[in-house]
Amino acid sequence: MATISRDNRGLRLAVRYLVLVLVALVFAFPLVFMIVSSLKPTAQLLSDTSSLRAFLPVGDISLSNYTAAFQRAPIGRFVLNSVFVTVVTVTASLFLCSLAAFSFTYLKWRGNGLLLSIALATLIVPFETIAIPLLLFVSRLPWLGLDGIEYGWLNTYRVQIIPWIADALTIFLFVQYFKDLPRELIEAARAEGASWWQIYRRVVMPLSGPVLATAAILKSLKMYNEQYLWPLIVVQDEAHRPIMVGLGYFFQLNVAWGEVMAYLSVITLPVLAFYLVLQRAFIASIASTGVKG
Amino acid sequence: MADVSLKEVRKSYGKVEVIKGVDLDIEDGEFVVFVGPSGCGKSTLLRMIAGLEDITSGTLEIGGRIVNEVQPKDRGIAMVFQTYAIFPHMSVRENVGFGLTIAGVAKEEKERKVMEAARILQMEHLLDRRPSQLSGGQRQRVAIGRAIVRDPSVFLFDEPLSNLDAALRMDMRMEIGKLHKQLDATMVYVTHDQVEAMTLADKIVVLRDGIVQQIGAPMELYHNPANLFVAGFIGSPSMNFMDVDVVERSAEGVTVQAPALDPVTLPAAGRDYASMAKAKLGIRPQYLSVSKNGAAGALHGTVALVERLGTETVVNVELTRGGRIVAALSEDRPLDLGSQIALGFDPARAHLFEAT
Repeated sequence: MATISRDNRGLRLAVRYLVLVLVALVFAFPLVFMIVSSLKPTAQLLSDTSSLRAFLPVGDISLSNYTAAFQRAPIGRFVLNSVFVTVVTVTASLFLCSLAAFSFTYLKWRGNGLLLSIALATLIVPFETIAIPLLLFVSRLPWLGLDGIEYGWLNTYRVQIIPWIADALTIFLFVQYFKDLPRELIEAARAEGASWWQIYRRVVMPLSGPVLATAAILKSLKMYNEQYLWPLIVVQDEAHRPIMVGLGYFFQLNVAWGEVMAYLSVITLPVLAFYLVLQRAFIASIASTGVKG
Repeated sequence: MADVSLKEVRKSYGKVEVIKGVDLDIEDGEFVVFVGPSGCGKSTLLRMIAGLEDITSGTLEIGGRIVNEVQPKDRGIAMVFQTYAIFPHMSVRENVGFGLTIAGVAKEEKERKVMEAARILQMEHLLDRRPSQLSGGQRQRVAIGRAIVRDPSVFLFDEPLSNLDAALRMDMRMEIGKLHKQLDATMVYVTHDQVEAMTLADKIVVLRDGIVQQIGAPMELYHNPANLFVAGFIGSPSMNFMDVDVVERSAEGVTVQAPALDPVTLPAAGRDYASMAKAKLGIRPQYLSVSKNGAAGALHGTVALVERLGTETVVNVELTRGGRIVAALSEDRPLDLGSQIALGFDPARAHLFEAT
């Protein structure tokens, strides 16, 4: 009996691993295809796609696509732009959205519930519907710079950052988390003489590690991976262009697919590094929110 | 130290009134306990004193100053919560010193006060631990320590021992009593545990549905309950009640009778029974004793349930002429279920209440 059950357990484990490996392969295929293809000349790349060779580094393998891609576009600049915009937006967003959520959750003021509902309702408004009004708006907004007041935010970092700081999803994540924090902790801090700001800084935020990680990850991925339409219409100069707009450099008359793959491989690196560093927090956060990335 | 005074204090959530006009004077250094069943408003009243709930109407004074609109931090209070409410990300030292840190007290002064509180509560060895490394009793000590260091005028305790096991609860109860004597501070304490109320309080406030039923010293409430509710709430097991008819009033007292009870005369003892035709007779289980079977004036019945507690035996008796009664007999008595029993009582220790 013991042998049978041990064998059974072994078989079950083997099947489980087989399924997991297959699932992992399905998810890894695009990534493998991208990296392998980035090493092949476009002609070979296209002919290989009809067979399994597409996933294997065989044939004429070289880094020439990378050289060509770096010559075609200022990739380093694009990556830096995206990383800068992402880091600043996420930092500001975590701070301001957590403050807003703190106010919505703990402070009593007239219209609190209504305003939170309105904020959350913006989740269902597709960005495309407000892109043009927002463009008109930012194109005339004043800004106090080193040379005094100037008008129009186009072709700047701030136009890519400021409209994305306030974010209903991030506020919602914080509100949900704050609601679950024991209310007595806040009341104890109040009774101990803490001001609301001190409660935010000394009690609530130090206990908000999990939601900070969740919000940071979701927001970072959105800012780095999905910023296309808005920068496309508000940034015309190369100096401020983010990675996704930079992709356009490779879709000219004859698409050099090898270079496209090389470009994609390079811009994926920061995301992969970010993921590997925060892997544990990433999995925990997705599991805790039930929000898919 | 300060006295606390509530005048016609009310609290409503929308149309629902939960505190219905409370008048109460708490003297400087007094230990006052709010008791009552769940939902009676005792915690709400405490939180109103703390400033964690707004006061809908009436006035609240602490130390002679009206504090209705004053923030909790400026009321000179410290509060200990049922769930301890100690900050999980801070060490015991940081938790105890939190209020002082917030107030910007100098480091040396803060350390001195934290050490002093730790000494009083015998938790010097715990100061560098995190709350997750502490037991329930130790956590509650930290919460009390945090209250002590700020030297508040009034200590507020919201069911501080409810989350502890029975043995620890008794220890902590004694410690809180000791602390009160040591600090000579005004303390307001909420509990649903009447043992805590009886043992700790200088004065007990019994609440029901947001209305004060009676205010008095523990023994005053026990011996002279103002109404049926207080009589039933204070004392364990609860007082027995029996519907009786008032058959005669005289200088000696009031004579009552019931189907299960032969006429018995209760000494009037200054009470006004004049208006009653029907009444409720209250007899504490502890004041019932075993009589000889067939004795006149006794309550006869059969033993339905026996709880032997060692020093006391609680007996549930099914009365022959209808009704039930509970007796708490002194000493261990091995009574048989279903056996006949006769219970007598001293009429001077019985209570008469208006029938509701």
